[in-house]
Amino acid sequence: MNTFYSKWLGGKKGVIELAVLAAFIFIVLPLWLDIFRLNMVGKYLTYAFAAVGLVMVWGYGGILSLGQGVFFGIGGYCMAMFLKLEASDPVSTARQTTPGIPDFMDWNQVTSLPLFWEPFHSLIFTLIAVIVVPGVIAYVIGAAMFKRRVSGVYFSIITQAIAAILTILVVGQQGMTGGINGITDLKTLHGWNINSNSAKYILYYVNGALLLGVIVLCKYVLSSKFGRLLLAMRDKEDRVRFSGYDVANFKIFTFSLGAAISAIGGAMFTLQVGFMSPSLIGIVPSIEMVIFAAIGGRMSLVGAVYGTWLVNYGKTAFSESFPSLWLFLMGALFIGVVMLFPNGLAGLYNSYLKERLEKLVLKFKQSGLFKKLNPVKTELQNEQ
Amino acid sequence: MSNEYALAVEDLTVSFDGFKAVDGLNLYVDKNELRVIIGPNGAGKTTVLDLICGKTRATSGTIRFKGVELTKYPEYKIVQAGVGRKFQTPSIYENLTVLENLEISFPRGRSVFGSLTFVRSQDVTDRILEIAETIFLSEHLEEQAGLLSHGQKQWLEIGMLLIQDPELLMLDEPVAGMSVSEREKTAELLNKISQGRSVIVIEHDMEFVKRIAHKVTVLHQGKVLAEGNMDAVQNNPKVIEVYLGH
Repeated sequence: MNTFYSKWLGGKKGVIELAVLAAFIFIVLPLWLDIFRLNMVGKYLTYAFAAVGLVMVWGYGGILSLGQGVFFGIGGYCMAMFLKLEASDPVSTARQTTPGIPDFMDWNQVTSLPLFWEPFHSLIFTLIAVIVVPGVIAYVIGAAMFKRRVSGVYFSIITQAIAAILTILVVGQQGMTGGINGITDLKTLHGWNINSNSAKYILYYVNGALLLGVIVLCKYVLSSKFGRLLLAMRDKEDRVRFSGYDVANFKIFTFSLGAAISAIGGAMFTLQVGFMSPSLIGIVPSIEMVIFAAIGGRMSLVGAVYGTWLVNYGKTAFSESFPSLWLFLMGALFIGVVMLFPNGLAGLYNSYLKERLEKLVLKFKQSGLFKKLNPVKTELQNEQ
Repeated sequence: MSNEYALAVEDLTVSFDGFKAVDGLNLYVDKNELRVIIGPNGAGKTTVLDLICGKTRATSGTIRFKGVELTKYPEYKIVQAGVGRKFQTPSIYENLTVLENLEISFPRGRSVFGSLTFVRSQDVTDRILEIAETIFLSEHLEEQAGLLSHGQKQWLEIGMLLIQDPELLMLDEPVAGMSVSEREKTAELLNKISQGRSVIVIEHDMEFVKRIAHKVTVLHQGKVLAEGNMDAVQNNPKVIEVYLGH
């Protein structure tokens, strides 16, 4: 219990952070927003998985991945393939030339289900694949890069190239992937209509719970010796190597972990938004994810969530009124954050707000109101 | 034959674009021996250490440690075989505390999953305290390593190696930038830690070398110029000409 408290949750400070975030996601947002807006926030919070993954990979691992969208996308596509197969039962696709296969395949003169689609009839396989497939792909990319000591800018460029390649592949193989339109018209998950309002509420809460779970998992990783090794590697990689560690393995693990986390977000995106398309795996969304993490504070897991929410909120609000200006504003925001607040929102909080908040709490504890509410505890404090 | 030695380097050559930084070097270090390597700048001293620990790959030649060939091993395996190496500038984790620095160097939980499940058990703590005592840093365990003095950083890095209990310890200029009293203490430290293991030290300070060396090897242009005890080396006319005379 004690280790759970200190290692998984991060002690008192960590618990407060998580409690505030949980209250924000589970209470404040649902009370404040109607289901249409809440579903949109749910969509933003799926991007937050990618941002949390980037905090691990970039913030702590020191590896800037400009291809996080790849893993987000693969997770999303795995989920979408399952849902699409369920939506394409022979009865509802009876009008097609080949009933029982997804509609876009039929339009592309594909007459039988491609082999790699077959296992996605099973929900359990799909759920495993959502995490394992991106994890394995990241492992292969990571092993190829880090064992050869590719790092820094070169790694970033290669990940970006991979994002571009995957987009081209998905768009090009229209008959198997749905092409540029992606996989659309998703209806049910094991017979449960995911487009109903109640389903949207449930999925929003599941998404929030998964996000908090992922953050707790990351906190554990960072509090272990592994976390300290990541810091040590960023500081003096050679010293770690010459202390008997295979540095590449640690980077590969971090990269794979970040990939698997992003993929969970992708799968939740598909469930909540109801489609998956190549526009979510390319270079632009991948860079947007880096911006989310940068604005939240690249060393703050919780900050990444607020950063993602804030940027997307701004994007929606702003692009509803000035659609063409949004990209410029986001670019300016990114440059501004990097130049002025390199630690993002979390850094701003730590250097300005934190002290004032603590003073406020102290004042409150000393005030009459607190004493009235907690007579016994205050007495004890006075005795000490 | 080479099994008698802790370390046997034979015909070691490395060439960088045709320039032979180390040229057909032979070097034998006994168990329990403290060997000092001296030589003018560019003689290839640091390169020899780089070759032994795997940072640089040899063009030809062999490096046998306790009978095991090291030239094809990756760096972490060389370390795990029992070779520890200290770099010229103190190479420590500035953002971590002294205790965490030593803990990371503790030879357990070196795999990814081992490090995720690593627990600071009593034997780890005991060992950290013991090493901290040896390197004169018991009072500074909770301090951030970046805030230590230069000399203390050097000691910390030596401690990070000692905690792994290597059978061969290689130190590149361990007293560079140290005050006189710190040098005294370091000499004591080196004499203490050379018991039960072999130590190779690169050093320029001749007074210091006299205090610690069992045997001295003089390198010049990637080759051994002279080898023997301190007196013999100091009186060798070739050594005086290329190195000590300046």
